[in-house]
Order: sequence, then structure tokens, then C-alpha cells
Amino acid sequence: MTSLTNDNIPGQEPEEITGSEAVIRSLIAEGVDTIFGYPGGAIMPVYDALHDHHHNLKHVLTRHEQGAVHAAQGYARVSGKVGVCIATSGPGATNLITGIADALIDSTPLVCITGQVLSGLLGTDAFQESDVIGITMPVTKWNYQITSAEEIPEAIARAFYIASTGRPGPVVLDITKDAQFAKVLYSYAKCVKIRSYVPEYPADKELLRKAADLINNAKKPYLLYGQGVMLSGGEKELISFLDKSGIPAAGTLLGLSSIPTDHPLNMGMLGMHGNYGPNIKTNQCDVLIAVGMRFDDRVTGTVGTYAKQAKIIHIEIDPAEIDKNVKTDVALIGDAKHTLRLLSHLVQAKQHPEWLAEFKAAKDVEEEKVIKNDLAPQKAGMTMAEVVRMASDLTDNRAVVVTDVGQNQMAAARYTKFEDSRSWVTSGGLGTMGFGLPAAMGAKLGAPDREVVVFTGDGGMQMTLQELGTIAQEKLAVKIVILNNHFLGMVRQWQELFFEKRYSFTEILSPDFVKLADAYGIPGSAVNHREDLEREMKKMFDTDGPYLLEVHIEKEDNIFPMVPQGKSVAQIILSADELK
Amino acid sequence: MKQEFIITAYSENHIGLLNRITIIFTRRKVNIESLTVSQSALKGISKFTIVVNETKDRVVNIVKQIDKQIEVLKAFYNTNDEMIFQEIALYKVPTVALMESDQIEKMIRLHNARILEITREYTVIEKTGHEEETQALFEGLNTFGVLQFIRSGRIAITRSPIERLSEFLKERDSLFEKLEEKKKI
Repeated sequence: MTSLTNDNIPGQEPEEITGSEAVIRSLIAEGVDTIFGYPGGAIMPVYDALHDHHHNLKHVLTRHEQGAVHAAQGYARVSGKVGVCIATSGPGATNLITGIADALIDSTPLVCITGQVLSGLLGTDAFQESDVIGITMPVTKWNYQITSAEEIPEAIARAFYIASTGRPGPVVLDITKDAQFAKVLYSYAKCVKIRSYVPEYPADKELLRKAADLINNAKKPYLLYGQGVMLSGGEKELISFLDKSGIPAAGTLLGLSSIPTDHPLNMGMLGMHGNYGPNIKTNQCDVLIAVGMRFDDRVTGTVGTYAKQAKIIHIEIDPAEIDKNVKTDVALIGDAKHTLRLLSHLVQAKQHPEWLAEFKAAKDVEEEKVIKNDLAPQKAGMTMAEVVRMASDLTDNRAVVVTDVGQNQMAAARYTKFEDSRSWVTSGGLGTMGFGLPAAMGAKLGAPDREVVVFTGDGGMQMTLQELGTIAQEKLAVKIVILNNHFLGMVRQWQELFFEKRYSFTEILSPDFVKLADAYGIPGSAVNHREDLEREMKKMFDTDGPYLLEVHIEKEDNIFPMVPQGKSVAQIILSADELK
Repeated sequence: MKQEFIITAYSENHIGLLNRITIIFTRRKVNIESLTVSQSALKGISKFTIVVNETKDRVVNIVKQIDKQIEVLKAFYNTNDEMIFQEIALYKVPTVALMESDQIEKMIRLHNARILEITREYTVIEKTGHEEETQALFEGLNTFGVLQFIRSGRIAITRSPIERLSEFLKERDSLFEKLEEKKKI
């Protein structure tokens, strides 16, 4: 009886319990309320302990370990908490790898717990043994193998500390089965410091002044915001900074939803399929302030021609990102929230009407050449853009939008309007197809009171569609919108533009998705004509619980603008004609 | 332009850290010319000395990635002329070659090498120095037939009077104090 009441009083009177019980109690002590996983031989003791704790630790059984890790990512991204997933040894653990790599490159805090064979069997090619520490080393912020029960509380405390502080990232704990069975005198203390790890640095006042001088003397200052803004909880600080300095801003793909889409200084999105103005103005500004972003090649185009005319200020928590891709003039190492707050005090209140007018002119060009045709197409076939925008409108721009990867992702990024922070879950750095559906499950559990819509393609959907089973079992109210163009659309687009329309293995057959959903007891409908779209989408949002909406999209539609690979951001094109 | 750099990293003594560090090189297809790990002047803290032939930009990037590893206390890099460094080499030659002429003896004197062990069959010679020096002795001895040869990884020490690590640990303590203060605000 006492064992259950001790859950929430960490660090109190040591008590002898099993290692597996210690795992669960440690998770609860870290404030974990939801975990995603899949049982198997080497993790069975932990699952057995979980059986006693389902009242205060919800476990979601996914249909594949990849689903568990992507769900944990979705959960972490919307909640700001550490996502947790559990898998067994061998194939269970290796099935997590894609999600772990995705979380590393997208700075998502995760703790992944894997079972491991008995410690005496390590290195003997035992049943379901794989070198999880070795395999996950390149894709984790930290990993650790636990071979005795005594190590469990401290290792878990460290794992949460490392995953969630500094630049967040995934951590793997590999626990041998004997350590799960063994007894430990349990007490829990949270980790607050590791001698060899500095999660953040104090601000350098001299450099702050130098940055402020550059900004105050700039004629055409321009700010780029990345996910670091949300990760540091610096959304308000960013808005205050922009409002005071009058500086126009644009977001990276992962930075989306940091500030409202319609904020007067928000110019849109950067990158290969970002907005026209934000891309070309990068090569026209005189001071570029990059906040919590890492100058990914999809943002910079060819780096040799990127913003060469500008002084560059880089606000970034990870010192390894400074000068990695783009050489900076002033590097402010620190979290976005704190640094922006300090910098706001030093910058002058200004407005830049002429400079903003340049952005507006670029926006008008994009509106005329791209957006108008995307949102109000003259042709019969539907565009992804109009579907995305309708979902945004019908949810008052308040939904959490999750995407898969490819054209569906770019359409969702370009045409969703955001009102609230942490409303955007996408696989940016790794570009993991199959991410969308499971990430949406996690997002729903991470933000149960919010509408969660996932846009996916017919390709990505078929990579992880077994998670419909999880959605059905858990009755997760995820609204699934499949933008079906019967192609692997983005690859087809590249084949059309750069490989002479040689459509090599991009035409894909799909099942009847609505029937498939029906087989799981999930309601759904398909839309073939524009006039039915609004009705069916309203039906989707009016339905309690999950819903699958399959929308048949124009087959060979392209995403523009586009910065072709190997080109400068200034060479962004608005249509395929410009390639000729 | 590629040149030789000596990368030094201080770390906690942690299983797997060697692997974590070497994969940073592997991923970038950078060859490690030599690698030595030993305990530093401070108990429990290991010191990695890694030699690479690379461009400075690449080395800076690699050092930052090493520094980023959780158990690494500090990583930095130097050019050869900024450090005092040595390698050790062992040579096994047939003892009969020593008996037949005084050339090997002269070579040992000339190269400041020394004999570690003599048996009827073989003699083991030790020489410390830079790679060119240990190599030069090898070339010389090899005219008599070297039976076995081994050269260690490089060890290096800075020209500053104290181990940088102790300075660094002090700096880090004050850094943690500053961060504590920041949290209170």
C-alpha cells in the first residue's frame, strides 16, 4: 500500500524495490504522465512494474516502436516536456533509431528506455541482443547502459537533465534485464548539475553592446527566428524585441508558430520553399540577426552566396553552431529568451517603413505569381494549399498542425496561419516520411484540449499507417488529412524539374484510406471535388474523436517558390518557367 | 590548407566516450593519425591527444563537437609549434647484427636511443622523439633487418606553466556560480 503513495515524494526514505519499479518511480518523480512504447522480452520487468502504476502513468501501446518514438516527439514538441518512449532490446531498440536521429537534429528532448539482454550475456550475440549504445551513439545527446539496479535513479535523473537543458536532444538508457529484476534501495534526487556539461552560458555584456550597435546603426536589419525561440520559451521576448526595434522577421520551418503569422513584422517563412521576400531580402539586408537557428542548407541555399553583404549576429545556445555554416560578426551564446530580453534594453525604438515596403512589394509578387493560384486555382483539380488554408480557417488558426514530409509539409508550412506558439510539429532536419501520423498522436496527448490536425501524403501515410490502430484503441481525436496526389509528390516534382520528367518509381498505389479507417472503426470520408471540401472538412471537425479525410489533389502540382539546390536564396524561382 | 593539428580533450573517465569522440572524425571522413588516452594530472580525468592532418576550419568544427559531448570537460587544438610533443618507438633487431659490427651501437648513440633488453636472439631498442626521428632510426636499423617495430601515439604538453585543466576547472566553477545567480534573478 505504501509503495503507491510514495510515488510523488521523491527523495524520501529509501525503500527496497526492484530496478524496474525504480524506473517507473523515477519517471513519475520527473513529472512524466504519458509514455509511449512496445513491450518485449528484455523490457518485460518494466512493463510488469508499469501494471501497478497505470493510474498515474499513462502508457500508450503503439503499433511499431517507430510510432512510439515519433509520438514521444510530437508530445514533447507541443507540451515542452520531455517525451518518453520504451522499447525492448534488439529490433525494438533499432526501430527507434529513425525517431532518435530526428529528435537529435530537431533538438527535441526525449528519454528513450530500451531493455537489454542479461548483463552476463552482453557480447554473446544473445537472443535479441544488439549494441544499442554503439548504434545510438551518433544520434543521441547522451546514452548510457545500466547494468545494476543501483544506477537506475541517478541515470534517469541525468537523462532528464541532459535531454531538457541546453540545446535539448534525445537520450537513450539501455537497461539490462538483470538490472530491472535486481533490488535497489530507492531514493530519487533530481540532477541539477554535471561538472563536464554546461547547458547555458551567461551573457557577454560587451558582445551584447556590439550587437546592439550594429542593430542601432542598421538601415535594413532583418531577424530570422528558429525553434530556439520556442525551446527557450522566448516568444514574448521576441515579439517585444520586434515591436521595439521595428525589425522585420521571418521564421525557419521549425520556428513557425513562434509568433503569430499575422504579426505585422512577421514576413513569413525562410527556406527552399519559403516565401519570396524572406529569401531574397536575406541577400539585401545590412544586419542579419539569427535567433535560435542553425543556418541549415535548406535555409541558406549555397552558403557561399548567403548574406555576404550583411553583418551577422547569431544568438544561439549551442556553441558548436557558431560559425559552423555561416561566419558571424557577433556571436551571442545563450538562450534566445534571455538574450533577446537583454538585447531589447539596448536597442533603440525604431521603425523601418521603407524597408518594410520592400518586403511588401516582394509579397505582392509572390501573391500574384504563386499564392493566388494556390489558394484560388482556376483549374478543376484541388491544391494542397486550399485544403490547408481551409483547415486553418475552420479552426480559427488555433489548431496544432502536424505534418508528414514532402509537398504536404511545405503546403502546410506555407498556408497554415498560426495564432499560438507550439502549434507546429514537423520533421525538419531529418525529413522523416512517416513522422506525421504517430507524431500527431503524441501531439494530441501533449495538448489534449487543442484540435490536432495532421497533413500527410499518400506516401508518408503508408509508412506508418498501422498507427491507426493506436488512434482507435486510445480514441485519440486526431484529424487526419491525407493530401492524395497518387504520387510521391516532392520527388516527382524534382523529377519533373531536374530529371526531365523521368518519373522513376514515384507513382504509388494506395488502399482505399477511408475503408481502411473504417476497418479500425475510425470515421472518414473522401473528397474528389472542390465543392464537397468544406462540407466534409466541417464534418471532420464536428466529429468527436478521430477522423480521416482523404482529399484527392491535382496529380502533378508543384510547390513554389523554390530555391533550387545549388542556387543562392536570391535565385529563388516562382514558377517552373524560370528554370527554362 | 591541410596541416597537422594536435587536438586535446579532457574528460570524465567514462565507458564509450572514446567511441563518441572517434565517430566525430569518422562521420566527416577524417583520419586520426594518432590517438593517445591516459589519466591526466587530476585523478579521474582522462586526457585525449589526437593528431589529425586537416584544414583549420574542419579542426575547429571537430573540436566544438568534441567539446559538446556531455562527459568532455574541455577540448581545444594546437598547431605542432605550440606544443612540446613526443612519441616513443620500440625496435627489435637480431642480436647477431649488433655482434657483427659497431654500426648499430653508433646509431643508438647518434639517435639518443637505448637498449631495453638483449637476448641471444634479439635486442630491443627504445627511442623517443618526433615521428621523423623515430622513423630515421627505423630506416637506419632496417638495413640490418628490423624484426618488429612499434610507434606510440603522440603525447603532447602545452608550453604554459600549469595544466590548463586546473585553470579551466576554476573558470567553470565561477561559471556555474554565475548561472546560479542568473536563475535566482
